[in-house]
Amino acid sequence: MTRPLLLTGGRVIDPSTNTDAELDLLVVDERVMAVEQGISGPDDAVRISVEGLVVAPGLIDVHVHFREPGGEHKETIRTGAKAAAAGGFTTVWAMPNTDPPLDDPAAVGYVREEARRWARKGEGGARVSPVGAASKGLAGEQMTEIGGLVEAGAVAVTDDGYPIADPLLMRRLLEYTQRFDIPVLQHAEDMALTAAGVMNEGAVATELGLRGIPNVSEAAVVARDMFLAELTGGHVHIQHISTREAVGLIARGRERGVRITAEVTPHHIALTEEAVRGYRTEAKMNPPLRTEQDRLAIRQGLIDGVIGIIATDHAPHHYEEKEREFDDAPFGIVGLETALSVCVTELVSTGDLTLSQLIDRMSCAPARTMGIDGGTLQPGSPADIVVFDPDVKWSVDPGQFHSKSQNTPFVGKEVRGRVRWTIVAGEIRYEGEA
Amino acid sequence: MTDNGEGLRLGKDLVGLKDLSREQILGILDTAEPFKEISERPIKKVPILRGQTIVNLFMEPSTRTRISFEFAEKRLSADTVNISSSGSSVQKGESLVDTARNLEAMRIHMVVVRHGSSGAARFLADRIPSNVINAGDGQHAHPTQALLDLLTIRDRFGDIEGRRVCIVGDIQHSRVARSNIWGLLKCGAEVAVCGPKTLIPAGIEDLGVQVFGRVEEGIEWCDVLYVLRLQLERMQGGYVPSLREYNRVFGISSSRLQQAASDMIVLHPGPINRGVEIDSAVANGPRSVILPQVTNGVAVRMAVLYLLAGGQPEFAESAKGEDK
Repeated sequence: MTRPLLLTGGRVIDPSTNTDAELDLLVVDERVMAVEQGISGPDDAVRISVEGLVVAPGLIDVHVHFREPGGEHKETIRTGAKAAAAGGFTTVWAMPNTDPPLDDPAAVGYVREEARRWARKGEGGARVSPVGAASKGLAGEQMTEIGGLVEAGAVAVTDDGYPIADPLLMRRLLEYTQRFDIPVLQHAEDMALTAAGVMNEGAVATELGLRGIPNVSEAAVVARDMFLAELTGGHVHIQHISTREAVGLIARGRERGVRITAEVTPHHIALTEEAVRGYRTEAKMNPPLRTEQDRLAIRQGLIDGVIGIIATDHAPHHYEEKEREFDDAPFGIVGLETALSVCVTELVSTGDLTLSQLIDRMSCAPARTMGIDGGTLQPGSPADIVVFDPDVKWSVDPGQFHSKSQNTPFVGKEVRGRVRWTIVAGEIRYEGEA
Repeated sequence: MTDNGEGLRLGKDLVGLKDLSREQILGILDTAEPFKEISERPIKKVPILRGQTIVNLFMEPSTRTRISFEFAEKRLSADTVNISSSGSSVQKGESLVDTARNLEAMRIHMVVVRHGSSGAARFLADRIPSNVINAGDGQHAHPTQALLDLLTIRDRFGDIEGRRVCIVGDIQHSRVARSNIWGLLKCGAEVAVCGPKTLIPAGIEDLGVQVFGRVEEGIEWCDVLYVLRLQLERMQGGYVPSLREYNRVFGISSSRLQQAASDMIVLHPGPINRGVEIDSAVANGPRSVILPQVTNGVAVRMAVLYLLAGGQPEFAESAKGEDK
């Protein structure tokens, strides 16, 4: 049993309880005990003065790739969980596109247990919740034993890395998963329309001579899945929205009461296809960075609440895999250790969101939307907490990352806001420099 | 290489014409002029690049461009080595950057690179100190092809400024089209593209060109008709239904050229698919400058090699005459 923990004098921002005030916070037995003014606390409590810092529910990322098993040279469950904690995350959802994929209960159980094992050894980071494969071998044909995956700890299903292309399989998934009350996470992409594209279709791709991925490649699948969710009553969650068309479709679906939710990544909020110029493979990801018009539309969607969730799509790749011809480099960038700072810089400093709204998009909303135990500092809830300095400026140095990989387009970027402590189940899992 | 302050110097590399100014492009063409004559001599060799080591790194099949570079190098007395992807360490899985660094370790001066991936030449140029010349990278750029095309147009009309050039065919997959668009626009030409809508890339207008849907419109409009090769794999990709259909709708035939201006000329980068994108009567006819293009290719590549090696445009004439 860890000692009680008392955080004193911080600015507690908890959108789940409409709190934004200077309060103390007491943690006892892995749970939040009290959030009040002038808590004296038990004598054996660890006391930390957090004056001038924000105390908020721990961040939740429903979209990360930890590569284990099979890609341990890029990331492991241990390093991924540590990177997450360093970014202020207390819960992350690990995608199943490992090798072998998380398509049977043993593989799902392994991911959950591996994270717990390191936590027991004092080497823990964020809580790691495995997401099960929706289809066997991620092949898009036969449904996995979803009941078994859920028993082993799966919190959702997806074929992420690939889209669930077959509309009939998608229909069946949206029907079948209702028994377990879990969402189907969709990487919305029509591979036939993508046609081996490597960046956004348009003038920049034309100039660079790179094959383009049109917006309709995403929008067509979002439209289809919105109708399937409406038909079935299932919950479809659209991952990493990148196009203005998809934002419009989701807005319409939500108006009609369809159970369709969506996430957006910090890099789609911050960057456009212009970042690819110079054939920069650290700006190669799928979905690709789009145009300024798309970027503004997804920001607006996030502000309006059409897109409720910010998720990183943390996709580590080894340096040598990215250090090559653009066509041959893998898709994806790391995001856990820059997400909060990039979002404070791009959304809060600009006046688009308040700190409270940002914390909602990065913690409360994912908890609420996905049924995750967390995203709140209400007494009795798990003591998953982030403490960060909202104002300090620093410049992104991938050499300092806890992740095994450094593939970020934000290298050298001047950002605001930095994590000081990340607390999981009442235990300090990360302590950053002042 | 010293900077003489005129802004005519090329940088370390030639990756694409977008990076060059109009003055630099015209400077290369001017430098090519005196080099034309070397290929007409009985003994086609001058000592300008004696002691320079050049690697021709061809990771994609090429006949014309590779041989043209090799002639240019040899006629300037450079030592050359040819590497192709088959039968080299590339087949054993060596990465592009490792291949280049190993070449570098053998102390070379220049690399001429042809590669199937867009951006490969830039990638190499940023990672090795040798001069890098792009001999075609994916769908991105083929600067020496565009330079020889510009020289050929200038030879015929005396000037590029104000000429109307219509590029016909598979614009989408063509590095030749892209490099010509940059080069022609910088030199003051008007540029249009024309082809099946399936092969016109998104946003091409943003580069400053107009688009014709009907080849007849382009023919009537232009002074220079630039016919691109139709790659046979475009049939498999479903971009056009058949070669016969392509010829029917977009093929350049004598009858289609009846509406053309009397002094309009026809270019083609080769190799020609006779009876597909261009009929033999046109390719062999009086408007065709296809073979002069090939001849100019050697002179233009000599000029590029000379300039990147530190030569100055104004000394090209005297450099080729004297034995250094």
